[in-house]
Amino acid sequence: MEREQLEYDVVIVGAGPAGLSTAIKLKQLNSDISVCILEKGTEVGAHILSGNVFETKSLDELIPNWKELDSPVKTKVSSEEFLFLTKEKSFKVPNLFLPNALQNHNNYVISLSNFCKWLGEYAENLGVEIFPGFAASKVIYNDNDEVIGVQTGDMGLDSEKNKKENFEPGINIIGKVTVLSEGCRGHLGKEVIKKFDLNKKNKSPQQYGIGFKEVWEIKEENHEIGKVLHSVGWPLENDTYGGSFCYHAENNQIYIGYVIGLDYKNPYLSPYDEFQQFKTHPVIKKLITGGKRISYGARALIEGGLQSLPQMYMPGALIIGCNAGTLNMPKIKGSHTAMKSGIIAADVIIEHIYNNGKLSEYEKKFRNSWVYKELHQARNVKPSFQWGLIPAMIFTGIDQKIFGGRLPFTLQHRHADHEALIPARNAKKIDYPKYDGEITFDKPSSVYLSGTNHTDNQPNHLLLNDRDLSTNFTIEEYDEPAQRYCPAGVYEVELDDETQKKVLKINSQNCIHCKTCDIKEPSQNIEWVTPEGGGGPIYSGT
Amino acid sequence: MKVLVAVKRVVDYKVQIRVKSDNTGVETQNVKMSVNPPDENAIEEAVKLKEQGLASETIAVSIGDEKTQDVLRTSMAMGIDRSILVKSQNPLEPLAVAKTLKKIVEKENPDLVLMGKQAIDDDSNQTGQILSALLNWPQGCFISSLKIEGNKVLISREIDEGIENLETKLPAVLTCDLRLNTPRFASLPNIMKAKKKPLDMIDIDTLEIDTSTKIKTLKVIEPPKRKAGVMVNDVKELVEKLKYEAKVI
Ligand SMILES: Cc1cc2nc3c(=O)[nH]c(=O)nc-3n(C[C@H](O)[C@H](O)[C@H](O)COP(=O)(O)OP(=O)(O)OC[C@H]3O[C@@H](n4cnc5c(N)ncnc54)[C@H](O)[C@@H]3O)c2cc1C
Ligand code: SF4
Repeated sequence: MEREQLEYDVVIVGAGPAGLSTAIKLKQLNSDISVCILEKGTEVGAHILSGNVFETKSLDELIPNWKELDSPVKTKVSSEEFLFLTKEKSFKVPNLFLPNALQNHNNYVISLSNFCKWLGEYAENLGVEIFPGFAASKVIYNDNDEVIGVQTGDMGLDSEKNKKENFEPGINIIGKVTVLSEGCRGHLGKEVIKKFDLNKKNKSPQQYGIGFKEVWEIKEENHEIGKVLHSVGWPLENDTYGGSFCYHAENNQIYIGYVIGLDYKNPYLSPYDEFQQFKTHPVIKKLITGGKRISYGARALIEGGLQSLPQMYMPGALIIGCNAGTLNMPKIKGSHTAMKSGIIAADVIIEHIYNNGKLSEYEKKFRNSWVYKELHQARNVKPSFQWGLIPAMIFTGIDQKIFGGRLPFTLQHRHADHEALIPARNAKKIDYPKYDGEITFDKPSSVYLSGTNHTDNQPNHLLLNDRDLSTNFTIEEYDEPAQRYCPAGVYEVELDDETQKKVLKINSQNCIHCKTCDIKEPSQNIEWVTPEGGGGPIYSGT
Repeated sequence: MKVLVAVKRVVDYKVQIRVKSDNTGVETQNVKMSVNPPDENAIEEAVKLKEQGLASETIAVSIGDEKTQDVLRTSMAMGIDRSILVKSQNPLEPLAVAKTLKKIVEKENPDLVLMGKQAIDDDSNQTGQILSALLNWPQGCFISSLKIEGNKVLISREIDEGIENLETKLPAVLTCDLRLNTPRFASLPNIMKAKKKPLDMIDIDTLEIDTSTKIKTLKVIEPPKRKAGVMVNDVKELVEKLKYEAKVI
């Protein structure tokens, strides 16, 4: 099919903190450069879900006068607590013992989704063209196997890929440089990492987590604007990596969330239910009782750190932010590092386009920047949790507090997350409590709050590489963990009327684009691809 | 034939509507806004008329604050030729909207006004009807098909008993049902082109109409929650519950 073509100097995929920072910096360095950003969400910010306690280091660099502008970065952290939870009790870890990475007094509580919306407007005022509602569905290569741009998805195909009345073919967007900033587990990012073997120098496989977030409006008397609370412990077992956050934002809103490492072993574990159960702890229950939940969502995080970071340049393109894996795990912060990786990208691209500089300069610049130093200091924390919560916390205390992350060795991650599950027959079943509809909720009512929507009668965007594998293997061996790890109830196991065999049913219209299935499926059988543009959640305030 | 399309900016139909905590209205801050869905059908129909060579020019008009430009850009990306934004900081009631549109009609002299059958935010379903009365033009409401032959307007509308076929004459006001057509996607190249199409702004004060509100909102609240259903084990329990708890038999 002949496709229309648009040409830009730089084509950016994904309007998150990383991609937007690249775009803004490019325009600041040279206002003549033409830059476009494709964003699969129906508007900028619609697919952004994050804590978020925000470190402004990169924003200070990018927009030094941001405090004079009407940005959504308003609520400074006012106090903080780190709790160790048991079922009934909570123990406060004195701030003195907390590694600096966990101290937040100079940071802000923000909605990253609203912040990206604001950054998007800032970028547009500089002349960046942003196209929300358009997913980049394919990478385009030339005959020399260099990336030359991306193709947007076709719109108006039915489930059999026939053209509907309103069919609109995707177009080719060609750039001198393509920047892949799709965030954690980008599906184009995954492709180029494999194609160009960008992981070849890595010692460790990549690590991920799944993060949940709910926005609550709570009673005024319970609200302490700017307060930041983190916890570890209950309801998670000692051998599962994870913890909670609870941030007091503006307007009597709080952001409650939970992050669980996707290297968990028990296929019966349900991250969603762990999170729901967490809210019933007396400390949290007290806070939200009488309040109202106004938003829900989930998104995978990339946690491997420096040991798992791929090479970030390739012929014709760069991969930046969480799409590569620049998140600082002990801080659970990836926004400022993603932004910095985007700023560096802009420097390299300008040199490349105007002065014949090489894209491989990215590696050098990244290494000499503060992000690299930060990630280097943080590198041993996540792998130490292979030893369990308590030893890891002791180690982290020594590593971070006494040695400042400068211990002369680097711990490695042992397994990829999809290799971590043990067979269901060896695993302990977990009985989760029933939802009460007041502070804990079932998946359908949660998904409803995410606003997710996909035009019906469109091609499925969750592909099974081998159709029968789920029936013959994942269901039997692991009791189909997708039923539990998917935060949106997309996967259900049903009895097939004819064969009387258990089969996997995929309700793809519920998908909230978290990418967990693509990561955790034990045989890597599920492939997430972009649905029709504009589909997916409509987050705001997340 | 000149076609005028009225477009409203509303909270996107996929967004879960939330009542403001002070009960003064619905939360619209940081909420995704879009073209009112049946207005998209009106846009699509106007663009089709142009493609069929029946319309010479298509104009979109909207009333609202500066941000309302986005729905006009979308209209133009779908194929509308140019647009007009009547700037008003306050939301207007249907009567004031119709009066505003009448002024625009007098200025632009279209032969046909197309609009959505109703807006999904207030569901008033009045503006088209009031406008036709103010202009003294014939009206066709909830149209699900449209054919124009010379001066003749042939429309169908779905009614309880089936389909009603009507005939009227230009100039006319027609309000569109979702079944009228399938609105097209705005393609990327067309979005780019739409950025360069003319968009005129008029301040509503210059139109000298009465925009005062006739309705006072006392309070906006959420509908009461439906109680969760209960599962019964057998017919006996069901009958008992109906008899003694629900007291309906
Ligand atoms: C629960 C949770 C809590 C967190 N808490 C914090 C915190 O407190 N502080 C902090 O600093 N960080 C936090 N983070 C991490 C932070 O959110 C990320 O590091 C950051 O968002 C990464 O930015 P990014 O630009 O790389 O990617 P993203 O923010 O993920 O943005 C990627 C964008 O690209 C779009 N996109 C993806 N694929 C395509 C495609 N093919 N075509 C078009 N568009 C596409 C997406 O829709 C999205 O808008 C948290 C994350 C989670 C999940
Ligand atoms: S289907 Fe996959 S990507 Fe979509 S919500 Fe479920 S786990 Fe996340």
